[in-house]
Amino acid sequence: MEKIRANLLMCAGTGCVASGTPKVKTALQEELQKRGLADEIKIVLTGCNGFCAEGPVMLVYPDEIFYQKLTVEDIPKLVEEHFLKGRPYEKLMFREPEKKSAIPLMKDIPFFKHQVLRVLRNKGLVDPESLEEYIARDGYMAAAKALHEMTSADIVKVMKDSGLRGRGGAGFPTGMKWDFASKSVADQKFMLCNGDEGDPGAFMDRSVMEADPHSVIEGMIIGAKAIGASKGVIYVRAEYPLAVKRLQLAIDKCREAGLLGENILGSGFNFDLEIYLGAGAFVCGEETALMRSIEGKRGMPRPRPPFPAHKGLWDKPSVLNNVETLAQIAPIILNGADWYKTLGTEKSTGTKVFALTGDIRNVGLVEVPMGIPLRTIIYDIGGGMKNKKKKFKSVQMGGPSGGCIPESLIDIPVTYEDVVKTGAIMGSGGMVVMDEDTCMVSTSKFFLEFTADESCGKCTPCRVGTRVMLDMLTDITEGRGKDGDIETLQDLSRDIISTSLCGLGQTAPNPVLSTIRYFKDEYESHIKDNWCKAGICRNLCSFHIFEDLCKGCGACLRGCPQQAIVGEKKQPHRIIQELCIQCRNCYDTCKFGSIKIGPKGCKDIKAMRELLEKVEKVEEVKG
Amino acid sequence: MARLTIEDLKKIKEKQHATFTLREGGYRAKVTVHMGTCGIAAGAREIMAALLDEIAQSKADDIITTTSGCAGLCAREPMITVEVLNKPPVKYGDLTADKLREIFKEHVLGGNPVEKYALVAGSETTY
Repeated sequence: MEKIRANLLMCAGTGCVASGTPKVKTALQEELQKRGLADEIKIVLTGCNGFCAEGPVMLVYPDEIFYQKLTVEDIPKLVEEHFLKGRPYEKLMFREPEKKSAIPLMKDIPFFKHQVLRVLRNKGLVDPESLEEYIARDGYMAAAKALHEMTSADIVKVMKDSGLRGRGGAGFPTGMKWDFASKSVADQKFMLCNGDEGDPGAFMDRSVMEADPHSVIEGMIIGAKAIGASKGVIYVRAEYPLAVKRLQLAIDKCREAGLLGENILGSGFNFDLEIYLGAGAFVCGEETALMRSIEGKRGMPRPRPPFPAHKGLWDKPSVLNNVETLAQIAPIILNGADWYKTLGTEKSTGTKVFALTGDIRNVGLVEVPMGIPLRTIIYDIGGGMKNKKKKFKSVQMGGPSGGCIPESLIDIPVTYEDVVKTGAIMGSGGMVVMDEDTCMVSTSKFFLEFTADESCGKCTPCRVGTRVMLDMLTDITEGRGKDGDIETLQDLSRDIISTSLCGLGQTAPNPVLSTIRYFKDEYESHIKDNWCKAGICRNLCSFHIFEDLCKGCGACLRGCPQQAIVGEKKQPHRIIQELCIQCRNCYDTCKFGSIKIGPKGCKDIKAMRELLEKVEKVEEVKG
Repeated sequence: MARLTIEDLKKIKEKQHATFTLREGGYRAKVTVHMGTCGIAAGAREIMAALLDEIAQSKADDIITTTSGCAGLCAREPMITVEVLNKPPVKYGDLTADKLREIFKEHVLGGNPVEKYALVAGSETTY
C-alpha cells in the first residue's frame, strides 16, 4: 500500500478546462514524476470550484493552500518550492487588488469566506467520476435511509417542513409538488430532472452536474420513492457535453452497484433513469414543453391544468425538479428539516447558488444563505467592479424572465419575495452585474432578442408581441425612437404577460418593464435627446476630449482606427468629428477620463460642456 | 462492482477515510518533514520515504504528513516536527531512517515523545 501525503485538487469544470487545466495537469504530472513525488502526491480532477475568474485553480490538501491562474511555465517552480521543499509558492496565490500580500488559505479568501455550501458541498472536494469518493462524503446514505426507514409520506413531510422551494425559478414548494404526485394513482409515474439550463449567464446547474452528478441521482432516487415512480429521465441540453458525460458515467456506475435498477440497496424498491438530450430550445425548460420534448414531439407548452402531477410525461403523473433542487435533497433527508431551516429566512429557507458574471471582478459560482444582502454578494464575494474606476449601475437577476435591480436597491435581502418586489425574479440564479458603461435600453433589447428568438410560436401575443417590442427597442437604440414609444412598450408588455400560455411569454417583457421602471430617463434621452449616455448605441453618441483633462499621452491617437484623433505629444488632443465612427476605442483606452460622451452630432466642446452642466443642474434639482 | 448494501456503503466510506482526512481535516497526528535545501542535502527525502512507508504499514488513516522549509537549524538536519493532537509539537534532529521508524512507533502512534532524539518541545513564537 502506498501512502499518499497530499492531494492536489485541480478544477476541471468547463471554465478552468477552457483556461488550461488539461495542459497544466500534464505538466504537473510530468514534473512530479521527474522529482520522484508521483507516488506521494495525487492529482484529482474535480468539478467546478466556483472561482472561475481565477482559473485554472487548484487546491492543495492537507495544507488548504489555494493556487490560481496556473500556467505550464509556473509548474516546475511550484513543484520544487511547495511539494518538494514545503514552501507554499506565493506567486500563484490569491491577492486582493488593493493589497499586496498573498492569501494562502482558501478559507481566508473573501470569495470563499462568505459562502455556505450545501448544494455545492462536494464541489472541488471529490472526483466527480468516482462513486467511492461520493460515498465517502455520506453519499447514498440518505437514499438508504429513505428506502429502508421512511414511507412516502415521511419523505413528503420532511420536504414540506424544510420549506425547500424549487430552484428553477418560480420557487414552488418542492414538498407540495411531491405530495400532489404521490397522491395521484397510476400504474406508472415519472421522476424527472430539469437540466435544461437556458438563461444567458447562468451555469449553476451545469456546474452541479459536472462537479457532483451523484448528488442529482440520489435526489432523484429519494423523489422517486416519495412519489412512487419507477422510471426517471434527466433532461440535459446537448451543449453541456461534460455534464452529460459525467452523468452517464455516474448512472452506469450506479447500475453496476445496484444503486439504480431493481431492488436498490436491498430495499425492494426499483428505479432506473436515463438521460435525454435537449436540443437547446429555451422553451423546453418549461415543464410541459420539456415533457413533450421527451415524448419526441416539438417542444411546446400546453395549458395547465391538468398539472404534470396528475398528467405529465406520457400522460402519467410526473414530477419535474431542477438540478439544484435535487442536489440538496440528500442532506435534508439525512439531517432533517430543522437543520435545513437554520439558514435562510422564514419563507425562503436554505441556500441558493448564484452564477456571478458581467462587469464583476470575481466571476464565478457562489452559494450563499437566503436573505443575504445583495451588496454582500456583489462587493464582498464578487469583489466589486472589474474596473475599479467604474461605478456599479445595476444587476440583472432571473435572466430573460427577470429584471434589472438598480444601485438604490442593492441593500435588499436576497429572498424570493424581496427580489420579486423589485420587478426582477430569483430565477435560476444568474446574476449579471453591469457597471456605469452599460446602456439599459440595449440591455433590455438584448434579453428581448433572446426571448423573441426563443418564443416557440404557439401564442400570438408572445410570438408577434415580442417581435414588435424588439423592433421598437431597435428603433430607439438606432435613433428612430418616437414620443409615446415608452408607453406603447408598457402596454404591449402588459398584454403579452396576461395572454401568454407559459412562463416564457408571461415573463418575456420583464427586462423591458424593469428597465423602464428604474431607468426611464435613459429611454427618454435616447428618444428625445438622441443621446445614449453610456456611449453604447453608436448612432446616438459623439466623443469629445476635454482639454483640461487630457495629458497628451497619445494612447487614444494610436488606437483610433479612423485616424480621427489629432494632437502633439503632451499637448491636448482633439477628435475630428467628421471622421469619428463612434467605435468607443478612445473612451475605453483613456486612463485619465478625459473623453466624454455627448449626444449625436454634437460638434464642439463648448456646446458639450454647456450640455453637461445643464444635465448636472437637472440632476441636482431632482436629487 | 457487486451490488451494494448499506453495510457496503459504510465500508466504502471507511476505506476512503484516509483520503478525506487529508481534505477535510480531523487527523490525529501531523508529521512535518523539513525540506529546505539543507534538509534535502542531509537526506530528508529518505526520511520522507521511510515515514510514508511506516504510515502505510501501520494502516493508520488519520496521520498526515507535510513538508516545510528550513527550520533554521541546518546543522541538525534532517529534522521533523511531530504534532499529536492537543499536545505541543516536538522537533527531532539528526535523523536517520531507523530513528524515524522508532519515533513513528513511539511518538506518532504511541503518543510518547522519544526524548533521546528530541531537540525541543514547542514552537517558536510567531507574530
